[in-house]
Amino acid sequence: MPTEILMPALSPTMEKGNLAKWLKKEGDRIKSGDVIAEIETDKATMEVEAADEGTLGKILVPEGTADVAVNTPIAVILGEGEDKGAIKASPQQTATKKTEAPEKKLKVDESASPATGDKPREPGKKSAAPPEPPKTELLPDPDVPEGTEMVTMTMREALRDAMAEEMRRDKDVFVMGEEVAEYQGAYKVTQGLLQEFGPKRVIDTPITEHGFAGLGVGAALAGLKPIVEFMTFNFAMQAIDQIINSAAKTLYMSGGQMGCSIVFRGPNGAAARVAAQHSQDYSAWYSHIPGLKVIAPSTAADAKGLLKAAIRDRNPVIFLENEILYGHSFPVPKLNDYVLSIGKARVARAGSDVTLVAWSIGMTYALKASEELAKDGIEAEVIDLRTLKPMDTETIITSVQKTGRAVTIEEGWQQNGVGAEIAARIMENAFDYLDAPVMRVSGKDVPMPYAANLEKLALPSVAEIVEAAKAVCYR
Amino acid sequence: MAVANKKPNESDGPPPYKGPAFSKDQELTAYRDMLLIRRFEEKAGQLYGMGLIGGFCHLYIGQEAVVVGMQLALKAGDQVITGYRDHGHMLACGMDPKGVMAELTGRKNGYSHGKGGSMHMFSVEKGFFGGHGIVGAQVPLGTGLAFANHYRGNDNVSLTYFGDGAANQGQVYESFNMAELWKLPAIYIIENNRYAMGTVITRSSATTDLSKRGLSFNIPGEQVDGMDVRAVKAAGEKAVAWCREGKGPYILEMLTYRYRGHSMSDPAKYRTREEVEKVRTAHDPIDMVRHRIIENKHASEDELKKIEAQVRDKVNNAAEFATHDPEPDVSELYTDVCR
Repeated sequence: MPTEILMPALSPTMEKGNLAKWLKKEGDRIKSGDVIAEIETDKATMEVEAADEGTLGKILVPEGTADVAVNTPIAVILGEGEDKGAIKASPQQTATKKTEAPEKKLKVDESASPATGDKPREPGKKSAAPPEPPKTELLPDPDVPEGTEMVTMTMREALRDAMAEEMRRDKDVFVMGEEVAEYQGAYKVTQGLLQEFGPKRVIDTPITEHGFAGLGVGAALAGLKPIVEFMTFNFAMQAIDQIINSAAKTLYMSGGQMGCSIVFRGPNGAAARVAAQHSQDYSAWYSHIPGLKVIAPSTAADAKGLLKAAIRDRNPVIFLENEILYGHSFPVPKLNDYVLSIGKARVARAGSDVTLVAWSIGMTYALKASEELAKDGIEAEVIDLRTLKPMDTETIITSVQKTGRAVTIEEGWQQNGVGAEIAARIMENAFDYLDAPVMRVSGKDVPMPYAANLEKLALPSVAEIVEAAKAVCYR
Repeated sequence: MAVANKKPNESDGPPPYKGPAFSKDQELTAYRDMLLIRRFEEKAGQLYGMGLIGGFCHLYIGQEAVVVGMQLALKAGDQVITGYRDHGHMLACGMDPKGVMAELTGRKNGYSHGKGGSMHMFSVEKGFFGGHGIVGAQVPLGTGLAFANHYRGNDNVSLTYFGDGAANQGQVYESFNMAELWKLPAIYIIENNRYAMGTVITRSSATTDLSKRGLSFNIPGEQVDGMDVRAVKAAGEKAVAWCREGKGPYILEMLTYRYRGHSMSDPAKYRTREEVEKVRTAHDPIDMVRHRIIENKHASEDELKKIEAQVRDKVNNAAEFATHDPEPDVSELYTDVCR
């Protein structure tokens, strides 16, 4: 029976990829292990090896096709004695040509999805998928002048552009970390920086988090402005002594004489199916520490404007990114020097019935939930905190004074979490305005499980937010 | 001066220095600088006993030749960083004893406005980058200072001091690896005073020749008689030249000894009084210089007494200042968290 070759998932978060090149043509003999095609993901170009033997009977997805969903059949291998006649009717057309406008991408992806409406991922994997990027009509960012042209870019590109712009602007800025240079970044966030700035300013480090974090702090104490990339913040636990004891405390301990301008950045929180040691959310850990600023953006525009601000800031800044958001596209203002203020939340959706407070990927859940709630006549005001420390209490309080109800959303654990802090501040500052206790939707109090169904349960969900919001509205 | 196969826990010390003699000026400078540290630390111990200095207070008495000798090998622009036994380093870097003592007493005009204390003091002006309280944490930081020099293409070197205890921290070897990999101008000075708090080196270290700890990274190292200021200076000059030539890092293991406990609250039950007395009488870094000065007629007893009186006055003035300086204003509580 003919065997279908499926579009493979080549990373934990990959949902689609481009079929860059076929290295075999129809009629070629194929042995197991032969490289048959090249697939371009958002992180890298990967070779695809055949797992089966036979003859390449039919290529279903021609080379140059963009955004081929994972698990789409891309070719058919014929076994001994089989001919083309054995090939069933071509499967549904699943992809779009690269030439098509990017606005159409999302639409085509959706048409490619099975009836559930979820995009296909690895078998059994879709349950772990986060909600889609928001389609909600967002309020304009007050920092962007009206009429500014917007360009679509991914979070990954925005972060890269922010670093590149600041490195052009200030020769004391450099980036260091594991695989940031030659490899172009483990998550491709530093793509192209080595080519533009050279190895002196884009520095591959050994796998030595404690050491290079401390080295970065020392260089910052000497007046340089390092951007230290952690491949993930999970690995920064090896370095946390240097981040807290050396970076955060020195300015105070020196009576203001010696501080350090340094950014520690990298993906934080859960990716997809990488289990307990690679999925922790450190929002609460770092935002506990005086002397640190902590930023966790949810959009590419915020990522760009806030990373530029972080690099310029004269203090140590923890910049928490999210692996799942790296590949998401957002409108980013086309401005020469787009720098946002650290410590300012953004009202992403106006509403009068309940305040939802979120940041980073929590915003995708929150915005999705606000749409669900709207269907039931509950208008949620969604606040994107953007900066966790210093926290923009005023924006939260102003909203709660209006709505009288609040739900916090975070991937981190509940005890001593950021949501607990927000709830306390609301209680302290707007107790008389509250019509219901503040509720927290958070990660469950367990190490992140690997199994797809359990992982989904461990993370906050849109349904939980909807439920909590209805509860505080007594609905 | 290299001392091959010398076991650092042998109490008879390394063989005598055979390098060039110090000039009169050098001997007198070394004497004055070491004596200042000794008297300062004695005074600090006294003030601690009176309750005027709180918390932890780690005295440098016995190890003075290390920082004073190294400082003689440096030029302006070089940087110094160390751990928590840091008063001697600050004075050797030229920081004002008044400001250091006032920090020890937690006062307004201390180097950190009273917010750092004994273990956390800094002077950008004097190239002193602390004063760090976590054992071994200064090693990546000092490597970062060297990185900054390398990045800027200047010829400054950084001196990172740490003890035989810190030498077992993993981050030390992470630093060695990067320093050699990138040829950073970093001098690692291991002040081997034989005791990591109360644990003698033979009970904490699988190999006790710490000068060889860089071998697997190809970093040259040597053991130095850290009680002889001339030997320290000679070794320091060699290491500094190596770094300035762009050859990468260098390790100096200073065989030294602390006379006092690990901190003020350490009864030092892990060693005998005789052991301490033996070093004090036979290898005291200050006595040895003083003896040479008299022997070589660089100065008379009276002239030395004059120097001693000057040093004592300086220390007394510092103590006087530090005990009368007001505590920091309460408004300082919230300053300098961020800038």
